[in-house]
Amino acid sequence: MKFLVCISHVPDTTTRITFTPDGKAFNTAGVQFIINPYDEMALTRALELKETLGGTVTIINVGPLATEPTLRKALAIGADEAIRINAEPTDALFVAEEIAVIAKNEKFDIVFGGRESIDYNGAQVMGMIAEFMEIPSVVIATKLDVVGTTATLEREIDGGKEIVSVNLPFVVSAQKDFAEPRIPNMRGIMSARIKSLKVVEPTNTLKPTSSVAFQTPPPKSECKMISPEHPEELIQLLHTEAKII
Amino acid sequence: MSILVYAETWDGKFKKPSFEAMTYAFELAKTANDTVTAVVIGPASEDELKRAGEYGCSKVLHANDSKFVSFCPSAYTAVLADCATSENAKTIVFSQTYSGKSVAPRLAAKLKAGLVSGAISLPSSSEPFVVRKKCFSGKGFTDVQVSSDIKIIAVFPNAHHIAANSVSVTIQTINPAIADALFNTKVNEVKKTSGKIVLTEAEIVVSAGRGMKGPENWGMIEELADALGAATACSKPVADMGWRPHHEHVGQTGITISPNLYIAIGISGAIQHLAGISSSKVIVAINSDKEAPFFKIADYGIVGDAFQIVPKLTEAVKQLKSSH
Repeated sequence: MKFLVCISHVPDTTTRITFTPDGKAFNTAGVQFIINPYDEMALTRALELKETLGGTVTIINVGPLATEPTLRKALAIGADEAIRINAEPTDALFVAEEIAVIAKNEKFDIVFGGRESIDYNGAQVMGMIAEFMEIPSVVIATKLDVVGTTATLEREIDGGKEIVSVNLPFVVSAQKDFAEPRIPNMRGIMSARIKSLKVVEPTNTLKPTSSVAFQTPPPKSECKMISPEHPEELIQLLHTEAKII
Repeated sequence: MSILVYAETWDGKFKKPSFEAMTYAFELAKTANDTVTAVVIGPASEDELKRAGEYGCSKVLHANDSKFVSFCPSAYTAVLADCATSENAKTIVFSQTYSGKSVAPRLAAKLKAGLVSGAISLPSSSEPFVVRKKCFSGKGFTDVQVSSDIKIIAVFPNAHHIAANSVSVTIQTINPAIADALFNTKVNEVKKTSGKIVLTEAEIVVSAGRGMKGPENWGMIEELADALGAATACSKPVADMGWRPHHEHVGQTGITISPNLYIAIGISGAIQHLAGISSSKVIVAINSDKEAPFFKIADYGIVGDAFQIVPKLTEAVKQLKSSH
């Protein structure tokens, strides 16, 4: 079976986010980049399925040269090969169309990704890929099992969970519980250096959105401290001052 | 021309975020001298559909065929695309719920439309069309410019108010011809988390962390939440240790919420946790460590023993509620 995993290159979760003085871009100076945590869960499940069902795991990323260390890390975790589409991933529809073209041409059985990237929080790309490929999508999935050409998934819905089944090929986006990420071992790290990382140029041009300005949240005013002897004062303040209860 | 809003239902009733999306669409339509058409897919009574008129929808298109009873992203996308064409809609409003996240991106790809997901306010300008959303899991905001002819906005739950805007409403049953092949997702089972308030929709959230020392101590957290009519949440370590289910984990790798009131009990306030809750309107921190980072972003704080404080808070809430 052929598994494709979409990988986003995102700032580490502990990063203090700042923007350039003109407010037009994210300030990447000194920022450590990682595999988007949800994508890493997706990658792990793809590797587990490969181990039981056989096949190959290919990772794909739309990004500039700077994303390659992140892709090498995914190869060290166990992916077989990587594709980098050489373009800035500024628009979800553009990213999705690029990936969909390759996924369709190369007849991947399952296209994996995370439920959203932790930088732009779009939660858009996976659904878009599915629509471009005209195949089913199951987003925010917490479980995936494959038997023959049918997959059964559990996914989160507002106020509960849903068990669904779809036929291959399909697109899935991973939510926590999907798989437990693995730490690459020394052999994986060594072999990652020699695995194939193919660079291709983009073929689409449609980019209907762009982030034109950024801002950090306004600083909070001083925290009002309440005596632990009289916690009921908090409830009074929430009622009379904040007026929310 | 009209603004289309995808009005989600649950058990035949509109979800709370649907009223937020309707209000958003109505306010947007007012500035453009437009009207709002709601699309409802799946079973709902006529009385329920009429409620859309109370929130500014002049028309409801109801796809009520039995084949729409269970949720299927591809088929629902096709229905919405059909309605967008028949109504000549240039703006389509969703709520950024789980269903919204399933359908809006597909519709964007189908219509080659720019999608702003998780919008937190009305467009700041219409030419160019710019909408603000959160980014970096709540650590920042970005203004997204949309240049496509059709624009899709998915509004972050709880970010937009609900307002009554009563208009006269017509209800039209539609039966768009959707290819059988698009019904490609079979729902085998729906497991509802019964009787609980949905965390992403909750106006008040009571959240607790490792300071609670063990899952057996969550009773007092639930009692405070019940007294306040709040949902419960937790920090990442607590979910990782299995003290609480993962769907309660808020933070950068959990879910992002923006309730009116967030009460954090025994949570130190790691940057990843704060990212998930920083846009809450009022934040309360209760922690035994006065140096806990949470106090830097909280509006109200109590330094002390949660085991002493929480039951007293529950008592105070009950007293307040009984006196009103």
